[in-house]
Amino acid sequence: MSVEVQPAVAVNPLQPSSRRLFRRVLRSPTALTGLFLVAFWVVLAVLAPILPILPPNDQDMIAMGNPYPSAQHLLGTDVLGRDILSRLIFGARTVLQVAPLAVAVAMIVGIAIGLLAGYFGGWVDMLIGRLSDIVLAFPVIVLYVVLISNVGPSVFNIVVATTVASAPGIGRIVRGLVLVLKHQGYVDAAKMRGESTLHIMFVEILPNCRGPLIVDACLRLGYTIITIGILGFLGLGLPPPTPDWGGMVRETTTVINIWPHMSLIPSGAIVSLVLGFNLLADGIGEGNKQR
Amino acid sequence: MLRFIAGRLVLLFVTLLAASVVVFSISEFSPGSVARKSLGPYASQEQVESLTKRLKADDPLPLRYVRWLGVLAGVIDDPLQDPATGLDFHDPRGSRYFGNLGYSTLYKMPVNDVIWDRLGNTAILAGLAFAFIIPLSMIFGVLSGMREGSKTDRTLSTLSIVLTSIPEFASSVFLVTLFVILLPLLPGTSPLTESGQWSMASQLILPVAVLVIYDFGYVARMIRISMVEVMEKPYIRTAILKGLSPRRVIMRHALRNAMIAPFTVLLLQVNFLVSGVVVTELVFAYPGFGRMLLEASLFGDITLIEAATLITVTVAVVTQLLGDIGYMLLNPQVRID
Repeated sequence: MSVEVQPAVAVNPLQPSSRRLFRRVLRSPTALTGLFLVAFWVVLAVLAPILPILPPNDQDMIAMGNPYPSAQHLLGTDVLGRDILSRLIFGARTVLQVAPLAVAVAMIVGIAIGLLAGYFGGWVDMLIGRLSDIVLAFPVIVLYVVLISNVGPSVFNIVVATTVASAPGIGRIVRGLVLVLKHQGYVDAAKMRGESTLHIMFVEILPNCRGPLIVDACLRLGYTIITIGILGFLGLGLPPPTPDWGGMVRETTTVINIWPHMSLIPSGAIVSLVLGFNLLADGIGEGNKQR
Repeated sequence: MLRFIAGRLVLLFVTLLAASVVVFSISEFSPGSVARKSLGPYASQEQVESLTKRLKADDPLPLRYVRWLGVLAGVIDDPLQDPATGLDFHDPRGSRYFGNLGYSTLYKMPVNDVIWDRLGNTAILAGLAFAFIIPLSMIFGVLSGMREGSKTDRTLSTLSIVLTSIPEFASSVFLVTLFVILLPLLPGTSPLTESGQWSMASQLILPVAVLVIYDFGYVARMIRISMVEVMEKPYIRTAILKGLSPRRVIMRHALRNAMIAPFTVLLLQVNFLVSGVVVTELVFAYPGFGRMLLEASLFGDITLIEAATLITVTVAVVTQLLGDIGYMLLNPQVRID
């Protein structure tokens, strides 16, 4: 969203420049806390390969007898003697690659259908609206469980499933914004200049939908991280031994009576990252409203 | 109004057809045939092949889909119940009746015998969750939306955000650690059988709490947004300037109008609850619909998955319809034609 497309005439209340957006985040304590939580995990995930941590899939047979936190394993080990700290950090790497990818694809599809429906209206709008109704009526979890248990777990399938589930919702938001924006003066001006339809949709209208879409993307990142966690927890996440937070909880709930830290730590991690995105969305959203 | 409802029912029908086609096609990728699943892992290859032939399970997908529809409508016999298969699959309702959802290869029982009890158990779970979600989110939403930016608002809003950030499997882990392991006050499993020390009611507490924690914060935030908008309306200013007490302004003027928008949101939560229910029922071994759906999907029990899909889609569309009708009744400004 840092593309600096500035149409000649457009000064729109919905449109924050990237710099102003950043300043707004710094001013809101809510957004700042969220940013801190997200940045914490992003930094760990990026630095994972060079941090002085054990390999995430190495089994320490000696530690298995006493899997509690120790000098060697700062957060202890899981049932298979694998270092929890290392799996946590590499798990952050997994979720922070898959979730943004899934949200980005869903955003592209959602924006495309929203622009089409809102700009052209008529039967295009009608068709897209009806199809969206059908997809939205379909309980998401059934789609995920049925699709992934049958086709098999992979990054590609997770991205497809989340795209199908969230694109209609994004499409609705964009459609609503386009319906308002397409009657603005600068859109008429672009039409008078003889700009192409694509130019009007992507250069004149889309950049002005930025504000609400940034908030929605943050919220969706949170939901998608939860979804990936749920899939991992149900045993439908990325195939083992890929470190994945939901999967880490799944593998250790059977021993929660003896070693609760094995499930508590990855559960806490997922809550902190989701909370980060939710706080960020809330802080930016409040800013959008005040303007 | 009638036209609107009729339109929605048509949409329901189309959605049901679309969903069942999608589920049927996806299941094509599932490893293992119906014959193999019916006979079990130790049947010989010839047995599997001859059963496949008798069930006509090698027919092309569209033909099998139409046959499934025929069985559902009660037009043709369920091929799995044919005595010639030697499977001893027997439905006391007969092999041809309207609403025949087929035979579950996972439970070796008619789907109609498997599904309704579990749906009832899940309805108890979801109903109890709603009974807490609605009043709690109303109290939170109204108190924080009453005065935007106040200390109460900030505290309650932050609390709601934190709670909606806890997915069901994480809150189960936290609650089980607290109330089952550290303080053994509650059972960590809810099989809904009267077993020695734990009563039925105590078995419901943790599953319901898990559902409430994740869902109510979201609804509370919706009610808060709506309440904030209403409080900025001119008629509220008029009521305050007229000298009405704040309590009266809120109870008489703001509350009813603030409830209109979240009403739809509340009913859409049914859809959210379904996914929460799968996780919660898995954690607590609760004999419900969600766990059955997961088990059926993992096993590849296509008839059971289809039946579960039809039911969830119906529940989702009908609640949405009720939400829209309620919305129209609450808000005289909205008329859909």
